[in-house]
Amino acid sequence: MIQSMLAPVAEMGRAGMFLMRMLGGVRLEWRLLQSTMQQLFLIGARSLVIIMICGFFVGMVLALQSINALQQFGASDQVSLLVGKSLFRELGPVLTALLFAGRAGTSIAAEIGLMKATSQIDAMELMAIDPVRRIALPRFLAGLLAVPLLTAMFNALAIMGAVIYSVGVAGLDVGVFWTKLQTGVFFHKDFLGGVYKSIVFGGIVSLVAVWYGFSARPTGAGVGTATTNTVVVSSVLVLIFDFIMTSFLT
Amino acid sequence: MRANYKVEFASGVFLLLGLAALLWLSTQATDYGNRLGEETYQISARFTNVADLKARAPVKIGGVAVGVVEGIDLDPVTFEAIVRMRVDQRFAEIPFDTSASILTSGVLGDRYVGLEPGGSFEYLAEGDELVLTQSAVVLEQLISKYLFNAGDDEGTEQ
Repeated sequence: MIQSMLAPVAEMGRAGMFLMRMLGGVRLEWRLLQSTMQQLFLIGARSLVIIMICGFFVGMVLALQSINALQQFGASDQVSLLVGKSLFRELGPVLTALLFAGRAGTSIAAEIGLMKATSQIDAMELMAIDPVRRIALPRFLAGLLAVPLLTAMFNALAIMGAVIYSVGVAGLDVGVFWTKLQTGVFFHKDFLGGVYKSIVFGGIVSLVAVWYGFSARPTGAGVGTATTNTVVVSSVLVLIFDFIMTSFLT
Repeated sequence: MRANYKVEFASGVFLLLGLAALLWLSTQATDYGNRLGEETYQISARFTNVADLKARAPVKIGGVAVGVVEGIDLDPVTFEAIVRMRVDQRFAEIPFDTSASILTSGVLGDRYVGLEPGGSFEYLAEGDELVLTQSAVVLEQLISKYLFNAGDDEGTEQ
């Protein structure tokens, strides 16, 4: 009973030690940079299309809902303020992290899990190559870098979606839209806060993905479990850390 | 090697796109672009009532923002509100007899400080205080005054 309650704590400890082992392997060398760039393409650039489509529609629906609600007070001019603040502070970082967990986190966990199931990791260790440094670290670093950039693109597309809806469909003034944004959305409080969040979320999602890949049971079912756990655990952690970070940042 | 180059190129493009999005958002969609220049000077003004004027509210001349409200304090002796403002050094030649009033953009909009330049050839400098000020018009007080007066009139007619 107590054993099963303490198991998650031990798991967290192992994951923390894994993170330390990974960060201990950071060296300024050409090969690490090269493999990180390669992973950045595989997990970052390949996630771009889905992030942009989702961002665009999130922006449109935000504008639609906000205009509907604000019209009751005759304040539909404020729509860009509402859209901008909620995007930069909350929706951009969180939704991007959740999408990234589904799109890239799963593929990382499945790939590493399959490497383990086919004994590629063991073979590396036999050849005295550190698999944590060679496999896990570039993926972790790429995830850390990719999520803030993807968040920025998500936000950019969402703002565009909001402009298109509120100007093109709802008939608001373009100038008012941008002016409200440029006077009401604060660079330090709103924008940078979101950037810090997205960096932390990137670290969380890629650490969880890499960790579940490495701790997967080397069977087909084990790979499946690792993929599922990655999505579940990283989504929960992202939302928990979102609350913690928001309470510190505001 | 050839395929590898393509991958690296694509991730480079991704990096650039991401940074461009960050830059575009921060300059176009936040207040980063219209912050003050590095060179500013501080002036202050006393008001009997600032209503809901807040720090970071704009200071405007002729409707154009020239500075921001830095802070609002209360004089412990005279109980006047002291509004400290930071004005961009580009507008260094604001006459000494400029008057300041607290205005509202629109009927229910945000408060800002409006400066009405005077005709003096002496200019405001760091730490100067504006003498001519006009306090905020508080809508509730206006309404209550109006109602009170209306009631009074009826009373005298009867």
